[in-house]
Amino acid sequence: MFAGYSMGELTAIFAMQGFAGLILFSVFVLMALGLAIIFGQMGVINMAHGEFMILGAYVTYLVSHVFADIMPALFSMYFFVAMALAFVAAGALGMFVEWAMICHLYKRPLDTLLATWGLSLILQQLYRSIFGAREVGVTIPDWMMGSLPLTDMIEVPINGIFVMVLAVGISIAIYVLMFRSGWGRQVRAINQNRVMADAVGINTAWTDRMTFGIGCGVAGVAGSAFTMIGSTGPTAGQQYIVDTFLVVVFGGAGSLLGTIASAFSISQAQSIMEFFLSGSMAKVLTLLVVVGILMLRPQGLFALKLRK
Amino acid sequence: MQTDRKNRFLTREEAVYFAILAAVVFLILPLALDPFRLNLFGKYLTYAFVAIGLVLCWGAGGILSLGQGVFFGLGGYCMAMFLKLEASTPENTAIQSTPGIPDFMDWNQITALPWWWEPFHSLFFSLLAVVVVPVVFAFIVGVAMFRRRVGGVYFAIITQAIAAILTILIIGQQGFTGGVNGITDLRTLNGWDIRTDEAKTALYFVNGALLFACLFAAQYVRRSKLGRLLIAMRDQEDRVRFSGYDVASFKIFVFCLGAAFAGIGGAMFTLQVGFMSPTLVGIVPSIEMVIFAAVGGRLSILGAVYGTLLVNWAKTTFSESFPELWLLGLGALFIAVVMTFPNGLAGLWSEQIMPRARKLFAGGTARPAPASPDTAAGLTQPRKAAAE
Amino acid sequence: MDYNNPNFVLMVEDLTVSFDGFKAVNGLSFYVEPNECRVMIGPNGAGKTTVLDLICGRTKATSGSVSFKGKELLTMREDQIVLAGVGRKFQTPSVYEDLSVFENLELSFPRGHGVFGSLFFRRDAEVKERIAEIAETIFLADLLDEKAAFLSHGQKQWLEIGMLLIQDPELLMLDEPVAGMSVAERKKTAELLNRIIDHRSVIVIEHDMGFVEDIATRVTVLHQGKTLSEGSMERVKNDPKVIEVYLGH
Repeated sequence: MFAGYSMGELTAIFAMQGFAGLILFSVFVLMALGLAIIFGQMGVINMAHGEFMILGAYVTYLVSHVFADIMPALFSMYFFVAMALAFVAAGALGMFVEWAMICHLYKRPLDTLLATWGLSLILQQLYRSIFGAREVGVTIPDWMMGSLPLTDMIEVPINGIFVMVLAVGISIAIYVLMFRSGWGRQVRAINQNRVMADAVGINTAWTDRMTFGIGCGVAGVAGSAFTMIGSTGPTAGQQYIVDTFLVVVFGGAGSLLGTIASAFSISQAQSIMEFFLSGSMAKVLTLLVVVGILMLRPQGLFALKLRK
Repeated sequence: MQTDRKNRFLTREEAVYFAILAAVVFLILPLALDPFRLNLFGKYLTYAFVAIGLVLCWGAGGILSLGQGVFFGLGGYCMAMFLKLEASTPENTAIQSTPGIPDFMDWNQITALPWWWEPFHSLFFSLLAVVVVPVVFAFIVGVAMFRRRVGGVYFAIITQAIAAILTILIIGQQGFTGGVNGITDLRTLNGWDIRTDEAKTALYFVNGALLFACLFAAQYVRRSKLGRLLIAMRDQEDRVRFSGYDVASFKIFVFCLGAAFAGIGGAMFTLQVGFMSPTLVGIVPSIEMVIFAAVGGRLSILGAVYGTLLVNWAKTTFSESFPELWLLGLGALFIAVVMTFPNGLAGLWSEQIMPRARKLFAGGTARPAPASPDTAAGLTQPRKAAAE
Repeated sequence: MDYNNPNFVLMVEDLTVSFDGFKAVNGLSFYVEPNECRVMIGPNGAGKTTVLDLICGRTKATSGSVSFKGKELLTMREDQIVLAGVGRKFQTPSVYEDLSVFENLELSFPRGHGVFGSLFFRRDAEVKERIAEIAETIFLADLLDEKAAFLSHGQKQWLEIGMLLIQDPELLMLDEPVAGMSVAERKKTAELLNRIIDHRSVIVIEHDMGFVEDIATRVTVLHQGKTLSEGSMERVKNDPKVIEVYLGH
């Protein structure tokens, strides 16, 4: 397998693949964070999570056009506006969906799964009707183009670095929100004992709606970030959903750190294997290993042992 | 209503419903449709095999598999491999660089038949494999998951991942599997041309007969103590365990049974439609098969058949005339069936239509509607949720 | 008590379970004789329910040994433990609400417990007679065809007791069998329990002291996962340690 490569080349391969893996890792983290809130904290299966991401991507696409047409001078900054709008748009849609659908299904998790799948089909068709079936891409601002050479054999793309920085920033923000704020404490309290949380005066309905909205908003930001490294089509979200759920489940639902660790291990495994095997076999092997480990340890990598 | 303490295989009411479905499948559809449409309905009915399995697993047992397409596909591929080998005689494939192997292998520079294709020269082995391969696979997955008490949404997500893995594998290994196009250009079954109208009509009836065999098997399971245990497990898994039952083995059994049904359905699909491809294996078809069962009524095996026919008929009709609307309609159907009529058509029938009809026929004389209509429509209503 | 008595039905030795470092049960040992009715009392959080969970396999022990008629239970699955002769009633009534009273009892009938056994299970005269007999005992003879969901709280408790009786276990474990019952139901239940604890060993968790004095052969007081005191009700009542942590309040 390694024959025909010199030591230096191998190092460079591992470094470059490792870096490609880091970008994939950031992507996984961004995808999984929203789901970790919704599934991990609320126990809701949102199969339309990918479509919320795509919504963020389309918002970014629209904003980039608005900037290019109306205020080209500020074009280099459009991405930050787009991200904020993506968060708001996906979050608002999320809150609406929670109000109209999810809140009636909290005791029926498998039904939530089917209903949100229906939602994802509807959103896909809407995207297709509005934006067309073809994939769309955005113009990346100049400062994000190109790459940074580290050594003469290793260089890293700037947009990749940007996505990584974003992933780190959002992870920290969510950690603070969930584990260091009063609001996060309420969310966790509801997760542990809804009736009691109600009794001590937490507005559970409103907190649920906000939590779901924030989870979807983060998905929107993730989608926004994806436009920096790839194009967007109406069905792109569906391709991510299995990966995203596996990342969250593999990490142990409810553990933010677990989500990040599992995103890291899955992405690294996949991108390093991708160099030696065909892309599809690397994917198959990665998924197989993840499923295999989940069968041995269904509670995920990071889960407390609790009395049931 | 008195519970049926005699525990008959079919109550009189159920017998009537079975007879009606038999009339629909064996008389009405063949008389009303031309061979092309009949073949189309035959294709729909192959999905009904999966839906029946899902009623047992999901409706009765509370185990939602989002990977039933895997078993449908395994059964279908086993059949397709036999048919493909029969179609790939050295004479038929003389223009290939390696005659005598399936065309897609030749296109992918494969020069010899892989060893695991060899047994599929035998019809007997292939027919056996149609059932055994899905069952063995379901058994392995079932043992791994149910022994470790993976259930509910985790089971759903992992079965979905398995469907994704198998699809990627089939597409990626196109030299061995035909890739994204699947296995196509199937011609004869033991020398009998399956492409003619007569053959398709005959296969439709074979399909119908097998469907009824599966329906009767499912009905037997429902009526047995095992059927009642499934319901008991769905609601009070711990109590069942502490009544001395090995819960996992019952789940494995019903999951394998569902896989066997799906495998038979897949093989009949291959025979009637003439190909098998990964588009029938993956996440999307798997979850669509769940909606067939949900629309028919997740608790009713007969409802599952009607649900499958209805959704697929709607799909064909809509996507012929308004392709854009179909996905919206299907999405809305998913939401509606969950939010407003969770017991599906069968629920509507036994909860809404029948009580009213009874009242009508009783001419207003006070004959109280049964508290729980124990019709073909339902096992029993899920109290909390059929979920988890 | 004669600790060398080889005829103990149940021998719990040095039983420990730890949940992320918290020892809910800590080095607990006790021995149950044939036909003994052992009552466990103790403040909330003392580990009473956990002990039952450990014995019947619902919770996996960290260390120790639970031996039932010479068989080590800690390595067995729940259903195997039940088939070996240990019955368990939960604190909240847990019956199959979607099934009729008859079907509830039938599922506990000790025959056809394997996959194929249950697939080919026949509802013969023996089954029906036994169910009728049990239904009589648990005051539900007239409600056999009723769905369990429509029973009152007390009736559900009786049904669950009936489901245990039909199993005919040698060791019966009851978790607060009279909790949440009306006074009339409570009296009837006490009468029922008194009848069924004959001819078998029983472990009961109960808070109702009148009830405890009525049925207990021996009492074990648990405190923070350990035995605080053990013996007859009279002895336990006068134990200063017990008075301090429990009865004294």
